[in-house]
Amino acid sequence: MPTRIQKEARKESLLLNMGPSHPAMHGTIRIMLELDGERILNSEVEVGYLHRGFEKTCEARTYFNLLPYTDRLNYVSPLINNLGYVMALEKMFGVEVPERAQYIRVIMSELSRISDHLTCLAAMAMECGAFTVFLYKMKAREFIWDVIEETTGARMTTSYIRIGGVRADLHPNCRTTLGKAIVETRKVLKDIHGLLDKNKIFLNRTKDIAVVSQEKAISFGWTGPCLRSTGVYYDVRKASPYLVYDKLNFEVPLGERGDNYDRYMVRMKEMEQSLRIIEQALEKIPRPSAPARVMAEGMEPAAAIKASREKRVEDRLRLSPNLEGSEKERYNDILAASKACVVPPKEDTYTSIEGLISHFKFFMRDHGIRPPKGEVYFSVEGGNGELGYYIVSDGTDKPYRLHLRAPCFHIVSALEEMIQGHYVADIIPTFGSLNMIGGELDR
Amino acid sequence: MEKKKILEDLKQRFQDKVKETSVQFGDETAVIDKEALLDVVNFLKAKPFACTMLLDLTCVDHIGQEPRFEMVYHLYSLSNKQRLRIKCRLPEKELSIDSLTSIWKNANWLEREVFDLFGVDFKGHPDLRRIFMYDGFEGYPLRKDYPLRKRQPRIPLRD
Amino acid sequence: MEGSFITTKFNHILGWARKYSLFHYPYVTACCGMEYMSAACAHFDIDRFGAGWTRFSPRQSDMLLVVGTVTQKLAPVLRTVYEQMTEPKWVVAFGTCAVSGGIYDNYAVVQGIDQIIPVDIYIPGCPPRPETVLNGLIKLQEKIQKQEQEWRWKRRRY
Repeated sequence: MPTRIQKEARKESLLLNMGPSHPAMHGTIRIMLELDGERILNSEVEVGYLHRGFEKTCEARTYFNLLPYTDRLNYVSPLINNLGYVMALEKMFGVEVPERAQYIRVIMSELSRISDHLTCLAAMAMECGAFTVFLYKMKAREFIWDVIEETTGARMTTSYIRIGGVRADLHPNCRTTLGKAIVETRKVLKDIHGLLDKNKIFLNRTKDIAVVSQEKAISFGWTGPCLRSTGVYYDVRKASPYLVYDKLNFEVPLGERGDNYDRYMVRMKEMEQSLRIIEQALEKIPRPSAPARVMAEGMEPAAAIKASREKRVEDRLRLSPNLEGSEKERYNDILAASKACVVPPKEDTYTSIEGLISHFKFFMRDHGIRPPKGEVYFSVEGGNGELGYYIVSDGTDKPYRLHLRAPCFHIVSALEEMIQGHYVADIIPTFGSLNMIGGELDR
Repeated sequence: MEKKKILEDLKQRFQDKVKETSVQFGDETAVIDKEALLDVVNFLKAKPFACTMLLDLTCVDHIGQEPRFEMVYHLYSLSNKQRLRIKCRLPEKELSIDSLTSIWKNANWLEREVFDLFGVDFKGHPDLRRIFMYDGFEGYPLRKDYPLRKRQPRIPLRD
Repeated sequence: MEGSFITTKFNHILGWARKYSLFHYPYVTACCGMEYMSAACAHFDIDRFGAGWTRFSPRQSDMLLVVGTVTQKLAPVLRTVYEQMTEPKWVVAFGTCAVSGGIYDNYAVVQGIDQIIPVDIYIPGCPPRPETVLNGLIKLQEKIQKQEQEWRWKRRRY
């Protein structure tokens, strides 16, 4: 079936297809162009090549089970997706998250945000030809991922932020690794400013290309760094503060013209602000209420289960190393005291029958996390803008409808208008500066 | 202060078109008639409410209830920092509603998504066709009566 | 075929040359792309195994690296890209979604790219750590060394 552009194109113009598999490392998207020489007369953007049926799959999974699906939406900043979903559910339940967990969530969000901006600008610069920038930024990202891996166990898709708090407390070495990551990231940012800010080639390719005005950006529903590059001051962290953002000092950088260069500059400055937030959070975070324990000491779980048949076991348990940081003593710091939505601690499960029953009732079908009937919308500031979750609950343990307000869906819908009248070579930095993430765009 | 006003002013202006208003979990919601959508939206977009941004537009399938589908719109006001949710019910036999493309540009793709996944027709949309699924896909995947695993391969698969 | 000394030695040398100069075409779709980028950059380098240079055209590459989820909408495109590649070619399925559909078992996702094209190496993981990727690459190199090199024009049946 001929596409819209094939039907509308003039006979003498050239039709060019930038197919779903193309060198721009962003994801699968198809841009069909109608060209007059090198100048773009008309274009059509086709998305949906990564539509993985996230919303329909979530209707078939329980609230707890669908956490890993949320990781894979905006896969360059996975912890922020987790956070949005979990906070929407906490709004429904009305749970109060402990303060230490809130600070940990802020640190993890900001690390994800830095990693998102690093990847976006690295890909944008590499496609413009600056390969060194790509390698430097990937190096900085590795240090950040080292920090995330130490605490959460995985580099990318972590499922770390849970309903009621976080999965485990910060690793005891966290300050050292995080300090090193911050130092390395600052070094890399300084190098990139030196390489790209006044670089004539980069300026020619990005300044005054794909200018977007404020009214147009608002009409398209843009949010996030792209909207702030046009000069509109809207950041969800400042407009409706969540977690502990109202206690931390940070600025929101704004651009002036709304061209590619401003989008690049806003992201670079935001990374510096995120580093500031992380440093402040590290100072203000409340101390842990229990010291870190040695995992290898204690009774084996199998022996404890057997002994608990006679009487309640009071000895310490040797838990699996996977559960490091999530022991019962830490629960005050990291998880809310709510039986409706928080996994019971393993020590209780292995040592008494009531603990075992509460563990089963949490995971059994038709039991467990059952939010009250109704619907809720909650949004957080993702790497691309306002990431919103709209959850409709009918009182059972599976969501009736889960909808994601994907920020880059609105941003990419403006692409056809943005590139009209420019050259083919201008598409690359424009598309790179929009930070299109396939998993979020197509869900 | 201003939060309560928006629902009350809406009810005052469009008395019978606004079926119910509620505040649940801190979110304001108004259920309106589908014919009144454009008027309500234009009223909200003007000052003093200044809901200049359409955040989201989606649909919920309440299978078994009549009317079956429910359109949900989330609006946001940058100056007042206020969110509002507007819902309208659509019966299955008459599954069409006015399009908001004349007011906001992102409604174009959002409505294409709802058309693709639910089958809702939007009157006045310039280019209503599928966006996520491919040509030749039959059915509307996100409806509750479409099975989750019903695959329609585009090319013959091996094994 | 009955091996004479010259042909087996020639086979061996051709295998050695082919395995240490792999040009790959990264067919990147989803989250695994991030780990692909990590594996290709400074910390975990695939360039030291000879596979560093990315050729962004199927005609110039001999390894198709399918990274991430392949949906039903994308399946004909993958088939076309595979058919455009010239012999000899190898296919590596990177990530669980490419191996078997991953956690997505629904109307939109192909359950493994071996339903579309023949695959040589499967690298599991969601996403696989860069060390796993390097392990997979080394296994591919061993496979290339051992296999019957196509130095006479032979039609591969699949």
